[in-house]
Parts: sequence; structure tokens; C-alpha cells
Amino acid sequence: MEWIVPFTLTVITASTPLLLAASGELITEKSGVLNLGVEGMMLVGAITGFAVTASSGSAVLGILAAVVAGTLMSLIFAFLTLTLMANQVATGLALTIFGVGFSALVGSGFVGFAIDPLPALSIPGISAIPIIGPILFGQDFLVYLSIAAVIGIWWFLVKSRAGLILKAVGDSHHSAHAIGYSVIKIRYLATMFGGAMAGLGGAYLSLSYTPMWAENMTAGRGWIALALVVFATWRPGRLVAGAYMFGLISVMQLHAQGAGIHVPSQFMSMLPYLATVIVLVIISSDRAKIRLNAPACIGQAFRAAQ
Amino acid sequence: MGVATVTSTTGEAGANTVKGAGPAQLEVRGVTKAFPGCLANDDISFRIEPGEIHALLGENGAGKSTLVKIIYGVLQADEGELIWEGKPVTIASPHDAREMGIGLVFQHFSLFETMTVLENIALAMNDVRDMDALRKQVLEVEKTYGLPLDPDRHVYTLSVGERQRIEIVRCLLQNPKLLILDEPTSVLTPQEVEKLFETLRRLADEGCAILYISHKLHEVKALCQKATVLRGGKVVGGCDPREETAKSMAEMMIGQKLTAPDRGKSREFGDVRLAVSNLSLESDEQFGTDLKGINLEVRGGEIMGVAGVAGNGQNELFRALAGETEQQAAPDSIKIDGKSVAHFGPRRRRRLGATFVPEERNGHGAVPDMSLSENGFLTAFRRMALSARGLIREVPTKSFADNIIKTFDVRTTGSGAEAGSLSGGNLQKFIVGREILQDPGVLVISQPTWGVDAGAASAIHQALLDLAAKGTAVLVISQDLDEIYAICDSVVVMAEGKMSKPRPMADVSIEEIGLLMGGLHDLEGNATPANNTQVEGGRVGQA
Repeated sequence: MEWIVPFTLTVITASTPLLLAASGELITEKSGVLNLGVEGMMLVGAITGFAVTASSGSAVLGILAAVVAGTLMSLIFAFLTLTLMANQVATGLALTIFGVGFSALVGSGFVGFAIDPLPALSIPGISAIPIIGPILFGQDFLVYLSIAAVIGIWWFLVKSRAGLILKAVGDSHHSAHAIGYSVIKIRYLATMFGGAMAGLGGAYLSLSYTPMWAENMTAGRGWIALALVVFATWRPGRLVAGAYMFGLISVMQLHAQGAGIHVPSQFMSMLPYLATVIVLVIISSDRAKIRLNAPACIGQAFRAAQ
Repeated sequence: MGVATVTSTTGEAGANTVKGAGPAQLEVRGVTKAFPGCLANDDISFRIEPGEIHALLGENGAGKSTLVKIIYGVLQADEGELIWEGKPVTIASPHDAREMGIGLVFQHFSLFETMTVLENIALAMNDVRDMDALRKQVLEVEKTYGLPLDPDRHVYTLSVGERQRIEIVRCLLQNPKLLILDEPTSVLTPQEVEKLFETLRRLADEGCAILYISHKLHEVKALCQKATVLRGGKVVGGCDPREETAKSMAEMMIGQKLTAPDRGKSREFGDVRLAVSNLSLESDEQFGTDLKGINLEVRGGEIMGVAGVAGNGQNELFRALAGETEQQAAPDSIKIDGKSVAHFGPRRRRRLGATFVPEERNGHGAVPDMSLSENGFLTAFRRMALSARGLIREVPTKSFADNIIKTFDVRTTGSGAEAGSLSGGNLQKFIVGREILQDPGVLVISQPTWGVDAGAASAIHQALLDLAAKGTAVLVISQDLDEIYAICDSVVVMAEGKMSKPRPMADVSIEEIGLLMGGLHDLEGNATPANNTQVEGGRVGQA
């Protein structure tokens, strides 16, 4: 049974970047904005975090820089789609393509650099408890932050007035505007939050998961994060379950190879998307269910009527 | 003469201290607002006293909505000022307006479907308080004003009347001093309207000023003490609706004499051209209404009206008749000229001589980004032979569109204009014209004059009457009872997906239709509703 601890640890590290990026996108989508640029924002966050950490030696600075970089990327998106009313799908795709190229350009000088991974926060005594100790109390702080973020988002959406307003804007922007809420401002903030979290997810990859920079190192995790939000039908609790399930699948893929089980790796990397498609089919067969959580205005440009 | 009335109203401002009355609740002085290419409000002035129910009349595009938005702080006036309780004020946002005590019941409800009643109310309140306290307040207001609502139900499960109640409760919670209602009755049954009026009168008695916007003039007459009439963004007159007739107010609104549609001699009806028998259909819409055992027969030369509150299956009926929904029903549940067509799509039904005008003009009745001649081609290419060997015949296509524009007096730059660039009334005339000029045997038309100004509406009504006179069977689905009374020979009422038996227009009272709209099918002909009818009728009479 000694494999349980390392296995669980890898599941947690594989799930955390998904959870970070997806929880940001959840807020963005709840406001009615569909930002398909998560992959690009994660990559830019990853290289920025890595570059700043490598040059300054401070992981904290690196993480902050990644958050700022992700936010700036989302601001490009927000300006194009919310202010200039560009099509959200096309702009999001462009943002991803831009992020891939831009991060590769900036990162070309950092390939092969090595940095120390983020330290695990260990509590003397407790972290030494077998099995539970290292799993629950031996992670780096971004793991705890990702869980805290989801709890915070749940509280925000279900309990707070600001969350109610955010959902209202995503549900019917014309109604929200008529009552007197600033749809564009709220969507800017939600999009920026999504960018910040994607940047953080990227930083987790390059600073903790694999403390190095490689071109295109997110390897589709941004897309999985997007799929996760739909998979979770826009509910934070299911988002955690989904992120850990997808994390588990990606780790099993490695372990299956190690154990000599010949499942094609492509099949395993396909599974998250397959699961999402299946979930989409299931929920669309009962549209009343999805309707209650899906933001009705998602992807639609808002122009205040005269 | 109209302008003089307004000046005298404004003149009272100085005199009111003599009379002992306080300052006006709201006075609008010289408000002007221009949009690119149109002057929406041009030097508008009027005043509303506390406790007064004041009507704002005008056709679509007269500038009513713009004015309301300025008063509610959604838009800012270019010129002019608002005087609130004697003091000039700037209303920068709806938030400010609510703070001052201005409530607005929107024409298109500003509700969030997937949220509960309580959440919807909380969203429109300025001061945040805890939900339990708010719930208590809501229940209290509901009790005081007789507006029952379950705070925990989701909005999508509610009827339109109940939805409007949310908006009203939401305004009442803020103890408004001025309540604005924008076309509040367009979706209500006559009985619901009377209930609403009771609430409004009660509010006015308590000193709340009410600005009531409607084009239903008999309602204005029953409710309001004063009216201001707008036309083309200007105030063209004021009156006391109690001393006017609906016709005289309508003529003030449109600025010309109104002619009632000419029904011609009593018509002879021919054979049944559209027959629906025992049509049951599950709705394909999210929160739609299933059709349950629909039966109807429309004869050649007959105009049959389908009355009912929106959302009781009319859209589903239209789509089933037009062939837009995939049919699970038996082929012979719908017959056009005796031919079973329920398994046909729209094009095969059109080939048999049926044409259809849907409720939604842009996007359903017409493609907004395409020109008028292209839009004409889309439904008429077969009957008007506008296509040959797979190609568009340009010349006849253009002349067909030109013909519609000429015959139906569509105001546009020409057949090359984009459909989306036309005003609602003009586009509606074009679409109705397109279907009528194809000389159909059966015409199904949904909300023919919804959002259309009075001039265009009477032109469309006349065209429908003329078409029926030529032997076409016409089915008019409408929420506007006045329209049904004006043009139909017989009427059926839809409620909850069921349809009442057809009745000749002459033998059915508006109260009866109202009760049927409320879904009292089982009680048809029973003694109990008859009593109710009298009570309701009595109330209307007192009004």
C-alpha cells in the first residue's frame, strides 16, 4: 500500500492547475462571457512566473507576476469583446494562439533553466502522520489556495449579494442593465478574475508541477479547464470533483504505462473530453437541469439599447 | 388647442401655492434628447401631482420610452430639467431614481428566469439587508395589497401575470412616490387588469403619483385623470381621458382621423379550408406549453381569432400549423383544403396554398441582413415563380418586392433596403404583404399588429379583411382582444394548451373571453362563472 501516498500526491498536483484555471473561468462564464483563451493565458502565466522567479529568485514575485500577466491577457480579451464587441469565440481562440506563440518567444531563453520547486508547507508533527500527514498537510500553498478559492467562489455565488448580481448579469444582461447594473464593468471584472486564476494555474505548472519551462507545457490543460466548467454544469462543488477526476485520469495514464498495461496514452488523454461530451449529452437531454445553472447570456455581446 | 392645454398645466405651477396644493411630485421641463438621426424627445414639458394617475400616450416611436428612461435615470437628457417635489434634480442612474422614490414596472419584464422571486426582488433593491427580513417585508406587502406570490419559486415557473406582480411588489417595497408603468396590461387577462387597477387606485389614494403608459385607450379612460399625448417626440396635447373617447384620443395620438376597418357585407363562408382535429403535441421549448387535443375548422372567407394570454400554447400552435415542429401527430390531424399535411414541412404546406406570418418579425419572419427583394424571394419563390433552373430570376423577384412596397405602402428606400433597417410597422406591412400577395388559400398570422402603430395596424386589418372577402381562410392568433373584435368572425380561446369551442364573435362578451383566458374551460356554460362574470362586469362598469 505504500504507493498510495505518492499516487495521491501526483493526483493532487495534476488536479490543482486544472482547478485553479477552471474556477476562474467559472466566474467569467457566470457573468456571461465565454473566454476560450484559457490555454493561452495559462501559458503566458507559466512563462512569466518562471522567468520572474528564475531572474529574481523569488517564487512569490514570480507568482504575482503570473497573476498580473494572466490578468493582462484577459484584459486584451475583455477590451476586444466587451468594449469593441468582437465575437467572443473567435477572440478567445486568437488569444490562445497568441499565448502559445508569445510564451514560446519569451521562453526561448529560459529553456533548460532549473529552479527550486515551491516548498511544501509542512507543519512539524502533523505532517509526519503516516498517509494523512503528507497528503493533507504536506502540499505547497497553491494547492490550499485552489481549494480555498473554490470554497470562496461557492460562498460568493450562493451567499453574497455581489454573486447574485454576477449571476444576474450572466442570466439576462438586458434585465440587469434595466435595473441599473453596469453589465460591462461587471463582465470586465469577472473576465479579469478568470485571467488571474488562469495565470496562477500556469504558474503552478512551471513553478511546482514541473519546475522548468518547456514550450507549450500546458499541453491542453486550458482546454480541459474549459471542458471542466461545462462538465461541472457551472457548480463549484462539482468543479472540484471534476478537476480531481480529470487529474486522476491523467495520472492513471502514467501509472498504467509503468505497470505495463497497454492502454494507448492517446486514449487516456482523450478521456476528459469524452467524459465532457457524455456529460453534455446527459444534461442536454434534461435541459431544465442545465438551464438552472448555465448562464443564459453566455457568449452574447451586450450593447445597451438606447 | 392641445399645446394650449399643456401651457396651462405648466402655468399652474405658479398658481398652485394659491390653491394650497404642494409642489408637483414631478415636473418635466423642456426635456430634449437626440439620438444619431432622430430627435427622440423635443422640448417635452408636463407635470404630475401627488396622487394623480397620469397617462402618457403616443404611438411607437413617439418618444415615450426615451422619456421614461430619462426619468428613471437610464438616459440623461441633452437639455431641460426635472423638478422633483419643487427642487431641480439630476437623476444619474436607476439607483438614484429608486433612492428618490421612483419605481418602474418595465414593459418587457426585467426579471431573471432562473432565480427565485425573492432573489429577483433583492436584485432591484438599493439597500442590502438580510434575506429573511426582506422575505418578511415581501410577504407583508403582498398581504397589504393582495398580490399573492411565493417568494421561493423560480421565475420560469410563473405565469406572466405573476411575473408582473414581482415587478410591482419590488416597486412597492421601496415606498415609491412616483410609480411608472410601461404598457403593464399588454399580457394580462381582463380580470387581471381590473385587479391591477384596484392596486393602482389604492396607491394613488395613498398619495403616490402614477405615470401610466399604454396604448389601450379604454383602459386609460377607466383609470387616468390626466393625459399627455406625444407625437414625433413632441407634446401635442393634454386632456382629461374621462371626458374623451378612445377614438378622439387615438386621433390625437396619430394626428389624423381614424377609420374603422371596413368589414364589407356579411360574408358567406365556403368550405372548410383549414382543419385541425385532435392535435396534441409536446412542446419542444424549454418551458413551453404542450398542445392538448386542439380542434378547429376555418372556412373559406372566415377570419377566426385565437385569443389567449401569451404562453398558453399559441406559439406551439403556430409552429405546428406552419410545419416548423417535427410532427409526432397523425398526418390527418391537420388538413389544408382536405389534404392531410401534419407530416409535411413548411415548404410542402406552402405549395398547397397556405402561407404563414410569425410573431417575430426579425429573424423569423424576415432575415434582417438581407434585402427586401431577397426576403420576398425566400417564401414566395415557388408560388410566384421567382426561380428557374435553380437560379434566382432577378427581374420578377425585384418587381414582386416593389409590388409589395407599393400595394402595402411600405416606407423604405426601395426593394434593395435591408429588412433590418425598416421600422417594426413597415417591416410587418412588408411581411404581411408578401404572404397576402401570394394569394393564399389559408393564412395563419400571429400577432399581426404587435408593436405596430395605429395607421399601419388599420392598413393590415383592412388587408386581412379584403383577403378573407376573396375566399381565403384566415386564422389570427392575437393577444389583443380589440383586434379580435375588430376583424374576426369567430373566436377560440387558448389556455394551458387547450382550446375552447369556436364561438361567433357576435355572441361572446369580453368578460366571457376573459374567463376562458384564465383557463375556466370546465366551467363553460356553468352558472358559477356567469355570476363571476357579472361581478367582474360590475366592477368594470363602476370604473
